[in-house]
Amino acid sequence: MTTARARRYTADQVPLRSVILRMVVGLLVLLFFVAPYVVMLVSSLKSKREILRVPPTFLPEEWHPENYVTMWSTPETPLVQNLISTIIIAVCATLLVLAVALPAAYYTARFRFPGRMVFLFLVIVTQMLQPAVLTSGLFREFQFLGISDTWFAMILINAAFNLSFAVWIMHSFFAGVPKEVDEAAQLDGAGKWTVLTRINLPLVWPGIVTAIVFTFVSCWNEFAASLVILSTAGNQPLSVALTKFVGQYATSWHYVFGVSIVAIIPVVILFMLIEKRLVGGLTAGSVK
Amino acid sequence: MTASLTGRTSREGATADRRPRRGEGTSLRDLVIALPWIAPALLLILGVVIFPAGVMFYNSTRDISQSGVDRGPAGFENFQSLLDFAPIWGVLARTLVWVVVVVVLTVLISLALAQLLDKAFPGRQLVRMAVIIPWAASVVMTTLVVYYGLDPFYGIINEVLVNVGVIETPYGWTKNAPSAFAWSIAIAVFVSLPFTTYTILAGLQTVPAEVLEAARMDGAGRTRTYFSVILPQLRSALAVAILINIINVFNSLPILKVMTGSIPGYEADTIMTLIFKYIQTDHRIDVASALSVVGFVIVLAIVAVYVRVVRPMREV
Repeated sequence: MTTARARRYTADQVPLRSVILRMVVGLLVLLFFVAPYVVMLVSSLKSKREILRVPPTFLPEEWHPENYVTMWSTPETPLVQNLISTIIIAVCATLLVLAVALPAAYYTARFRFPGRMVFLFLVIVTQMLQPAVLTSGLFREFQFLGISDTWFAMILINAAFNLSFAVWIMHSFFAGVPKEVDEAAQLDGAGKWTVLTRINLPLVWPGIVTAIVFTFVSCWNEFAASLVILSTAGNQPLSVALTKFVGQYATSWHYVFGVSIVAIIPVVILFMLIEKRLVGGLTAGSVK
Repeated sequence: MTASLTGRTSREGATADRRPRRGEGTSLRDLVIALPWIAPALLLILGVVIFPAGVMFYNSTRDISQSGVDRGPAGFENFQSLLDFAPIWGVLARTLVWVVVVVVLTVLISLALAQLLDKAFPGRQLVRMAVIIPWAASVVMTTLVVYYGLDPFYGIINEVLVNVGVIETPYGWTKNAPSAFAWSIAIAVFVSLPFTTYTILAGLQTVPAEVLEAARMDGAGRTRTYFSVILPQLRSALAVAILINIINVFNSLPILKVMTGSIPGYEADTIMTLIFKYIQTDHRIDVASALSVVGFVIVLAIVAVYVRVVRPMREV
């Protein structure tokens, strides 16, 4: 089947005209998708006076790469703290997801126990839920617990709502490891934990990377719950902090875009690294 | 002895064949052994997803002051005050328009995009990478650049639209509700395209080459082949893409928050943005909870459809 598909695509069977047509359309699609981010990059290098000029310029008349240094001390919001918040919340939430989802994924893929289907069903349902619709409940709960407006609250929220995705993707990878591998190790006297860490982990590594990247990017960009839970400016992540620039008399758009570029590039690279597995992860085996 | 035997057979039952034989993995002991592995995940789900949902339902029936003090039961008063809130019907209608228009446009454009990205041409990988960007990038940041571009004075999108002759003078798109809402729809489609396109692409790759060959042998043209052979094969991929998109678009807050947040009134609100106005502007957590309950029930209904149509559990 693979060879048949490959043959269908070889250049000698596709007329040159259609290949060129595809390239042209492909180029237009590429330009369409990068356009907003190119505008961001170019605008982040303008001076404040130029970015507010009427009519606007497309390319900066003067390039100001030093914006990337000066933007951190802009008065609208403590951007350095916002960046630190974003990093700490995303990193800790991802680690928590990994610590919690990995054993659950392994165990549900390998063993049966009463309530297994109930547990997996619960995971499926939470995968479809997002913090936005539950924000009022989360807000009251964390207020009552006295941890509202803390990173800890957002780490818990981000971890809980990304947990199900991580369980699913790792579950499907664990299910793909032949049971003979496990049994051989067990015959040698290895316990469940040793079988998991020594035998299975190296085999399901791609699944774990996918889960880590997906969770991290999703926590990195979270907006709705942070907006309500984190009321102190310094605790807020960049996604929330940047909205404060909107509606100002003379918005420092060049700084907004400089910060955006810094925040976007790492996660785009991470996503590109797992490009091949993006779909399998999100749809958890329902698209084959 | 018996217990350890059960434990072992349950392991084999799980991996050897998918259907457990009667009595395997059903004893209480199996659950006790399983608990350390699944309890942390269970705890997190119960504590941070299920419990707050319960709190929300409870709060929707309470009278809570703006400072957060619970003043006792309120029955259905919070729901009643939603019904008494004149713009609510517009909000509900707009939520429907928001979800339907965004999802339909997203799916149609993604079908075409996936078709292109499935064909071989030099530079295809580069195009695929470009398509990912809005998926990884923060929706807030993507929206901010469009919001800036639409500024009537220094906005670059306005400048382009004037230069190519679509409009004669720059227009304040983000200053009135209908045009800001329309642009929000465009942004929502833009950020939904990557996931949808990739899902359809994955579906396209499952269409056997033999089937396409057979269709060509039978003299089916390209259009005919697409609609009668390829599209039916995409059914499950489309079902997943559509349902996940419905959920995402329904839950979406940042786009409308940035684009229409500074417009007075409720002419551009959906259920989700109205919930946040109740929480943040009016400090009415009780009414916000009531509206959240409405939203939550809608989401659960969509999830129920998802579980029935897509049947994600069938291979567990």
